[in-house]
Amino acid sequence: MTTETIEQRLTGLGVSEGIRIGRAFVYKPLKLDDIKESKTDQPDEELARLEQAKAQCALELGELIERAKLTLGEEKAAILKGQISFLNDPAFYPPMQKLIQNEQWSAETAVRRTVNQVAGLFEAMASEYMRERAADIRDVGGRLMTLLVGHQGARLSDITSEVIIVADDLTPSDTVQLDKQFVLGFVTRIGGKTSHTAILANSLGIAAVLGLGSAIEQIQHGEELIINGSTGECVLYPKESTKEDFAAALAAEQKEQESLNAYRELAAVTKDGFSFEIAANIGTPQEAAGLLEKGAEAIGLYRTEFLFMSASQMPSEETQFEAYRQAAEAMQGRPVVIRTLDIGGDKELPYLQLPEELNPFLGYRAIRLCLDQKQLFITQLRAIIRAGAYGNVKIMFPMISGMDEWRQAKALYEEARQQLISEGANVGEAIEIGIMIEIPSAALMADRLAKEVDFFSIGTNDLVQYTVAVDRMNEKVSYLYDYFHPAVLQLIKSVIDASNKHGKWTGMCGSMAGDPLAAPLLVGLGLHEWSMSPSAIQRIKQTVRKLERSACEQLTERLLDLDTPAEIRSELEAFLKLQQ
Amino acid sequence: MHSQTVVIQNTAGFHIRPAQLFTEKAVQFQSTILIKPEGTATVADGKSILNLMTLGLDKGSVITIEAEGPDEAAAVAELSELVESGFGEE
Repeated sequence: MTTETIEQRLTGLGVSEGIRIGRAFVYKPLKLDDIKESKTDQPDEELARLEQAKAQCALELGELIERAKLTLGEEKAAILKGQISFLNDPAFYPPMQKLIQNEQWSAETAVRRTVNQVAGLFEAMASEYMRERAADIRDVGGRLMTLLVGHQGARLSDITSEVIIVADDLTPSDTVQLDKQFVLGFVTRIGGKTSHTAILANSLGIAAVLGLGSAIEQIQHGEELIINGSTGECVLYPKESTKEDFAAALAAEQKEQESLNAYRELAAVTKDGFSFEIAANIGTPQEAAGLLEKGAEAIGLYRTEFLFMSASQMPSEETQFEAYRQAAEAMQGRPVVIRTLDIGGDKELPYLQLPEELNPFLGYRAIRLCLDQKQLFITQLRAIIRAGAYGNVKIMFPMISGMDEWRQAKALYEEARQQLISEGANVGEAIEIGIMIEIPSAALMADRLAKEVDFFSIGTNDLVQYTVAVDRMNEKVSYLYDYFHPAVLQLIKSVIDASNKHGKWTGMCGSMAGDPLAAPLLVGLGLHEWSMSPSAIQRIKQTVRKLERSACEQLTERLLDLDTPAEIRSELEAFLKLQQ
Repeated sequence: MHSQTVVIQNTAGFHIRPAQLFTEKAVQFQSTILIKPEGTATVADGKSILNLMTLGLDKGSVITIEAEGPDEAAAVAELSELVESGFGEE
C-alpha cells in the first residue's frame, strides 16, 4: 500500500446516473491465456481433476440460472442454459479429455486449447450472431478454468458491502451474481452507451463510467474512488478538498432528488385546475416494478423489441405473455400501452433474417414486417390480449402510414381475440387499440384515422426525422433535428385537435414529452397523456404545477405564428422564467 | 448404415434453436449420427450443438443425415422429419 499517492483524474464515458463515492472492488476473473501450458505424467489424475471441475461448473451454472430467473428474467437465464449445453457438448468436453489422455497435456492446458479452438471457429463465422456465441463459449470455458485452478480472486458473489465494481467488462453471467443493494457503480475498460452494462446500470439506477481504457489498471482494489456517471469522470486517490467538493455536489444532487421526490404523490395539474396524465416509457417488465413509486400514473409506451432482441430465438407466446403480464400487474390497474414489434434492418435479429436494405428507416420494419409475417404478429397479439386479463392493457401499432395498415392490423387483433375466445382462454374485456403517429402521412390523415382508432400516441423522435427529412445521428445535419420546428408543431396540433373532435385521446411518447421546455406548449395544445423516461417524471410534474393553462394557450397561439425553432425556444425559456 | 438427404427449411438457417432441437433428439438414439453438408468434405457430429452451429448452414443448404447403429433407420427418419418440418418454426 503506497503512503503517498497523487490524485488522478481519469475520463471515460458516463452512461448512467451521477456522483458516487466508494471503495473500488477490482474484479479480475481468470483469463484463459494467463495459464501456462504444461505436460503431465499423471493423466489419470488430470482427468479426475477435469471431471470434478466440470461437475462443479454445471452446479454453479444451475444455481445461477435459478437466480437469473428471479432477478433478470427468462431471457438471461436462457443464455446460461445454453452454456450448460456447451459444457456437455461432444465437441467441447471429450476433446479436452483426449488432449490429456493422448497427448499428456495438463487439464488446464486441455481446457485452454479446446476453448480457444472452439471459440475461434465461431469468431471466424460471417454471422454477427455466431460471433457473439464465441463470448458464451469463452465465458463457460473461463468458469471451468477458474474452478480447475482454484482461483481465489475476488468473486462477485462475495460482495457484502457497498462498492464500485471495476472490471474490464461485465458479462450477463457476471452481473447476475451481483446483489444490487451493494453496487454503487460500475467502471469498465471497454463498453459503450448501448452495452449490456450500460442498459443494466440505467434500469437499476447504478452509476456507470465505461470505456476508461488502459487507465483502469491504475485503480487498486479497496482504494477510495469517486465517479460521476453523467460526466464520465473518475477520481483516484482524491485529495481532501476534492472529496469535499464532490460530497457537496452529491449532497446537492440528493437534495434536488428529494425535493423532486415530493412530486411523486402529486398530480400534474395546472394552477387553474387542468390535469395531464404522466406516464413512463419502458423496455422491460423489470422496469415496471418501481414506476408507481416514481410517480408514473401509467405506462405510455412498453417497447416490446427488447424481448425479441435479447433472445436467441423467437420468443414464444408464453414468454411474451409472462413479460406483458408482469408489466400489467406491476401497474395495479393503471394503463399499460404495449407497442407491437417495432424493429427493422438496422437491428439484427438473426432468427428473422431481415433483408439488408439501403434505407432501413423507409423499409421493411415495424407494422410492415408484422403484417407480412402474420404468424409472428398474431402470436404477439395473443400474448398481449391474454395479459389484458391481468391489468389495464392497451395496444398500439407503430409506423402506421395510412388507413389500410391500420385496418389490417386491427383485423388481425380481432382474429387473435376470436382465436383465444374459441379456445376458452381468459381474455378479459376488449382492449383499446391505438396507433403511433410518427409518419407525416398519418399525421395529415389524423382526422380520418381518429374516427376509427381509440387513441393516438405521437412519436416525436421519428416524426421529426420523417417530417424534416433529417437523420438525427448524422452529425453534418443533426442541427436540423428539432421538435420545435413549426411544421412539426402544426402536425402535433392537428393530431390533438382531430382526436378531440372525435372524442379520442392523444398521448406523446417521444423525448419531447419529457422536456420541461416543451411543457407550456403541450399544455397549451391540450396533449392528454405525456409518456417519458421515468427519470423525467418528477421534473415535468413540478413544471406543469407552476403553469396556468389559459396563459399557456395564449402563448401557444403566439408560438405557432413564429418561423423558426430558435425563436420558439427562446419564447418558451422566457415564459418559464416568469412562472413560479 | 442408413442415410437421407434433406434441405434446411428455416428462414434463419441452423441457428441455436434448431441446433438444440436437433441434438436433443439425436442423443436419444444409440446410433452414431453424422451430418455431411453437400459439396464439402466436412463431417459433423449430429449430437454436438457446437459442431452443427459451426457448419454455417442457411436456408436451402443441403445435408445428408447418416446414422450407424441398432436404431439407425428410426434415427434418420425422425431427424429428417425434424429438418424438413422447419423445426416447427414459422
